[in-house]
Amino acid sequence: MPERPGGGLPVRKTYKLFIGGTFPRSESGRSYPVTSEDGAFLANAAMASKKDLRDAVVSARRALGTWWGATAYNRGQVLYRVAEMLEGRRSQLGDEVAAAEGLGRRAALRLVDLAVDRWVWYAGWADKLAQVAGGVNPVAGPYANYSLPEPTGVVGVVAPRASSLLGLVSVVAPVIVSGNTAVVLASETRPLPAVTMGEVLGTSDLPGGVVNLLTGRTSELAPVLASHRDVDGLDLVGAEPDEAAGLEMAAAGNVKRVLRPGPVEPDWGRPPALRRMLAFVETKTVWHPVGI
Amino acid sequence: MELTAWTYSPAPESRQVVSLRPSYGLFVDGEFVAPRGGGFFPTVNPATEETLAEVALAGPEDVDRAVGAARRAYEGRWGRMRGTERAKYVYRLARLIQERARELAVLETLDNGKPIREARDIDVPLAAAHFFYYAGWADKLEYAGLGPSPRPLGVAGQVVPWNFPLLMAAWKLAPALAAGNTCVLKPAETTPLSALVLAEICQQAELPPGVVNVVTGPGSTGAAVVSHPGVDKVAFTGSTEVGKGIQRALAGTGKRLTLELGGKAANIVFDDAPLDQAVEGIVDGIFFNQGHVCCAGSRLLVQEAVAEAVLDRLKQRVETLRLGDPLDKNTDIGAINSAAQLAKIEELAASGEAEGAERWSPPCAVPERGYWFPPTIFTGVSQSHRIAREEIFGPVLSVLTFRTPAEAVAKANNTPYGLSAGVWTEKGSRAQWVARHLRAGVVWANTFNRFDPASPFGGYQESGFGREGGRHGLEAYLEAGDA
Repeated sequence: MPERPGGGLPVRKTYKLFIGGTFPRSESGRSYPVTSEDGAFLANAAMASKKDLRDAVVSARRALGTWWGATAYNRGQVLYRVAEMLEGRRSQLGDEVAAAEGLGRRAALRLVDLAVDRWVWYAGWADKLAQVAGGVNPVAGPYANYSLPEPTGVVGVVAPRASSLLGLVSVVAPVIVSGNTAVVLASETRPLPAVTMGEVLGTSDLPGGVVNLLTGRTSELAPVLASHRDVDGLDLVGAEPDEAAGLEMAAAGNVKRVLRPGPVEPDWGRPPALRRMLAFVETKTVWHPVGI
Repeated sequence: MELTAWTYSPAPESRQVVSLRPSYGLFVDGEFVAPRGGGFFPTVNPATEETLAEVALAGPEDVDRAVGAARRAYEGRWGRMRGTERAKYVYRLARLIQERARELAVLETLDNGKPIREARDIDVPLAAAHFFYYAGWADKLEYAGLGPSPRPLGVAGQVVPWNFPLLMAAWKLAPALAAGNTCVLKPAETTPLSALVLAEICQQAELPPGVVNVVTGPGSTGAAVVSHPGVDKVAFTGSTEVGKGIQRALAGTGKRLTLELGGKAANIVFDDAPLDQAVEGIVDGIFFNQGHVCCAGSRLLVQEAVAEAVLDRLKQRVETLRLGDPLDKNTDIGAINSAAQLAKIEELAASGEAEGAERWSPPCAVPERGYWFPPTIFTGVSQSHRIAREEIFGPVLSVLTFRTPAEAVAKANNTPYGLSAGVWTEKGSRAQWVARHLRAGVVWANTFNRFDPASPFGGYQESGFGREGGRHGLEAYLEAGDA
């Protein structure tokens, strides 16, 4: 925390969860200490419980109709608004990312800037994805026939372990831009930038519940998320390699769409592609006769 | 003049066009070979219970040979072939299916029990069309929307069901081959014959050995295909229960997977619908292929104001359906595919009665031999009844009613499935609104059960993931260029 030029004690922030547009502590009353790369105490983070996770899923399900029902133009504007709000928190997040990831302030700020730009990139997709991923199908008969992508529903995200902000943004934005809602498990060891990202989302006209952010023990929460019957998709990018197979197995209980983790965490600095958006959309095809 | 009875003279299609061999081997590496140890099992005509032929039972060792052949073909000639050349092979398959269309239709009807009218007019032409459609993609993959240089996945293990044996094989093989993969196809235990003729067709097309392999057998053969470490991609069409098992089995393996699973489609009829057309659509929706259709419109949701009128007309129409010899060109409803499936349908229909729904079937003479189930309509069905929740996969319709569009959509979506749905209304805006709110991969508005190779097909939720047909169908067999 930066020192005050005029002296005096800085006011510290309580790092909380983000569920349904509000910022509760864990209902369990638990927290855990978060340290910097070199072991210094940074803050206590809320240790979300299974009940917190289930509450988050309820919020995400409730928000789905509103968010998917919004026009694509509107969703695009909200995502762009997230970028605007994030830009305003640049300095704070520069400090938090530097502390979390053991980077110099300059390198950390570069990651924050990339995260802002990533929101802008995805914002533009909101009203373009249907044209790129959908289309008119030339069937052999007197029918109008078109396909369009629709959101999968509630998507669980195990956020990247290493990249505390840019990685988080790179996996959450593609989930929600198409109209999904998300329940996100932040990096267990680097959760603080995610909490601040939640505060940004909370002031960005994003309807409450579209993104829910939980901090805590991934090994405790991820199995509940993976087996939850009201979760439709699962991004396992941040799952430990030895746990991913078990989570994927649990996800089969209701045929979740699973985005598997690669052998190493992706390089989030590379330009994004369609892949993460297409992983959590369903193609709907509509037929109607043509005639007089 | 009042029409009291319709009489038809039998008009059977000749089965001379099919020359069955007494015994079929496995199709591995371009040759028909004997199984190593598994022996043979009979495949029967479900309309007569006569044995049509004996078919090889592929064990793990046979599956291993097939996967090995597919791997060599992938790493050899097929994998290195230019798309333009690959396209011409797939076009050949389409043409050969067209040339042997009548034979394939009769064979399909013999092995499956479906009416020859459907095998002849739907299964076989659509199978040929599927190969023809995807053939054209083989040298245009960079335009498929998956990046500038998409790559095939390798060896595809493909397990298909018994309801549309040839067509499902075409849905699996055509996009896989066009994208440059090689295939190990496992047809259903009760309907292996058309896939084996398709194997002959691969020989006639001079497809390089190992590009397509066909291993016949029961579920254990399918399990061996799916779990073989040399398989890079699994495509499965079948029950949700088995699909979940495959998804579990593949967890952590990195194999790519697409699943086309069960359904419990709602067919929604509003009070302004063109009722005669809607009745035709309801009949087509549930009685097409004896209801052995994953996207069958098995839940009729009819608006209260017209419920009586729709049911009266529907029952009149169902009374005219002709059940019997599948080879008769007049037949509307053929045989149930197997004794096991018949037992499942009977059990679920009995549960409908036991839970309080009212059962109706037209007066309908059922042949003495073979597996048959008359077209059946249940009224007074509530959402909690098993016949409203579980996939019956037979000619059994459950009728529910609704008052408002919102109620119709809520009831339609009240299922873990999400493969297809139908809506009947003359009001364009309402048709679009309902189509938008239905959680289903295919929505038929003022029509039902239409299929086309250019049209993506596949489910939401527990009806599976991935699409077959159209540009979207290629995604299942390609690695994006940016990965």
